[in-house]
Amino acid sequence: MQTLPGVNPENPHARRPGLAGWLLLAPMIVWLLLFVVAPMAILLVYSFCSRDDLGRVVFSFTWSNYARVFDPIYLQVLGRSVLYAAITTAICLAAGFPAGWFIARQRAAVRNRLLLLVMIPFWTSFLIRTYAWITILKSEGLLNATLLAARAIPAPLEMLYTPAAVMVGLVYAYLPFMILPVYGSAEKLDNALVDAAHDLGAGPVRAFSEVIIPLTWPGITAGVLLVFVPAIGMFAITDLMGGAKVAMIGNVIQNQFTKARNWPFGAALGIVFTLLFVLTYLALQWRGRRART
Amino acid sequence: MPDTEPMIDLRNVTKRFGAFTAVDDITLQIQAGEFLTLLGPSGCGKTTLLRMLSGFETPDVGSIHIAGEEVTHLAPYRRNVNQVFQSYALFPHLSVRENIGFGLRMQKVSDVESRRRVAEVIDLVALGGFEDRMPHQLSGGQRQRVALARAIVPRPAVLLLDEPLSALDAKLRHQMQIELKRLQKHLGMTFVFVTHDQEEALTMSDRIAVFNQGRLEQLGTATDIYHQPRTAFVADFIGEANLLEAELLSRDGATGLIRLDGGLEVRVPLSAWPLDEPRAILSVRPEKVCISSAPVEGAQNSFEATITEEIFQGAIDHLVVRTDAGTVFNAVVANESAMMQAFHEGDRVWCGLHYDDVVIVRASPKPAGVAKP
Repeated sequence: MQTLPGVNPENPHARRPGLAGWLLLAPMIVWLLLFVVAPMAILLVYSFCSRDDLGRVVFSFTWSNYARVFDPIYLQVLGRSVLYAAITTAICLAAGFPAGWFIARQRAAVRNRLLLLVMIPFWTSFLIRTYAWITILKSEGLLNATLLAARAIPAPLEMLYTPAAVMVGLVYAYLPFMILPVYGSAEKLDNALVDAAHDLGAGPVRAFSEVIIPLTWPGITAGVLLVFVPAIGMFAITDLMGGAKVAMIGNVIQNQFTKARNWPFGAALGIVFTLLFVLTYLALQWRGRRART
Repeated sequence: MPDTEPMIDLRNVTKRFGAFTAVDDITLQIQAGEFLTLLGPSGCGKTTLLRMLSGFETPDVGSIHIAGEEVTHLAPYRRNVNQVFQSYALFPHLSVRENIGFGLRMQKVSDVESRRRVAEVIDLVALGGFEDRMPHQLSGGQRQRVALARAIVPRPAVLLLDEPLSALDAKLRHQMQIELKRLQKHLGMTFVFVTHDQEEALTMSDRIAVFNQGRLEQLGTATDIYHQPRTAFVADFIGEANLLEAELLSRDGATGLIRLDGGLEVRVPLSAWPLDEPRAILSVRPEKVCISSAPVEGAQNSFEATITEEIFQGAIDHLVVRTDAGTVFNAVVANESAMMQAFHEGDRVWCGLHYDDVVIVRASPKPAGVAKP
């Protein structure tokens, strides 16, 4: 086959960006440099510094912040954060995949209405929605009142400020971030491929594992990243719905920068935390490549 | 008719989508090893019928038997049929080899056996050297072969083909028609082929089932369907036809005198004339309208006419002739050797119609093109 120079034969529409392309990209590159790369660099520098008694950053090289990260207390917090985030991700995946798949299989008119329903919560501030959950879950709240009125329970249940409340809050906050990318992948999947799998003798389970999962993998990966990564670092929900009882790594980092006034240690925690994200991402990438070959 | 059990036995199959009847009371038997084409315009029900054979749709009424087993309500993955999809539906995440081996893997055929059979079928469809390519690295024709290979490697009792050639360019399509027919003979497999392309149907089929508006209009061999269409729809859909409304003037034994649209009176055999109907439709193929510079010998009907239009089409000339009585015919003449008579616009000619070349057909529910210019 004859190919034109500069054209990638695997994807003839892919082109090298010209000057116009770079110009169009410039605002985003500037944005990323200013608000992602520069802060990360500052964080990296701070993480090797120490603090004086007033909490000011002293520029003297030390590994002690990183050593402190591996203190069992913080490791335990980090472990708990990862566990909560993992459970949140699992629940979001279990609930969000069928939802995204279902929406993608509907007629266009129904599909748009359902998508709107998924996105409506974004119209209200995240904090207000979290407070709404508090009014539902607190001991004299809506849920307890309903259960008491129905005589299902003898006394109000302590639901707020428990790990379960934190889970409810996390799943509620992140579910749309699972549904939308799964929907995006499922919507592109040609129904004929599922038909073809059935036609060739694959029952519902095999068709799901051999065709649907591999072909919606990009959506699943995106959804897992969009839920798992921010869920680890979430501090607002854990603060508001978990009380002070369920401390997460996000709360610890926030405290270092505010109450504790220990920016270098907070920076070190942040860097470790970022490395964790990168590892998660690479693991998913690797799993995706293996699924495709 | 062979007295063996048919491979596919459809009885009174009806499928409705809301108020729309997609397939209307179809009864049809397909023999083992037959190449049967379901032919019709889009929306005629042929694809729905195919999807009921593959199991993706379930009939509202009627039953379907395949290889003696009732499959009316059986799930697609429990049926011994495979389909070649119109879009090919190749799994984009699997290589050519993995796509072709998919069915065998689902059947839990051993690796050794599977490798042997996949290699065999890759050889059969001439895809050697492409085993490790991904679908997006293949041309349209190659994808088509992969889809075909993937569907035949599990050795289904019946292969269903849903307009598999429609995405290919004309030249490749012709080549694939011949290859498909050859493959079907070689495998001795029953093929049910859906198309809206009448030429494709005529080239490949043992029998053709012509569909219109969910109903089976006619079932027969290619020559049957072409030479003896039973309805105006079939005559018009398969090839070209002059379809003229005809009125019966008088009977004389097996023949009768009829008056055509425009006023021309011709004598035709009446065997197919609908009983007690004063009107019917006469169908005559353009190539059967004999054009001559003198009264046509041997033709029962011969009349003078003028050529009003001439369209050059290479090997043939397409002529429009108007008889002196005012009836218009399309005719086709070969552009023969310089030794032979040539005809041109404005020429006065004789038109001849032979008894055996005119067919009386029933009007169809929606006549697709009666009295086309």
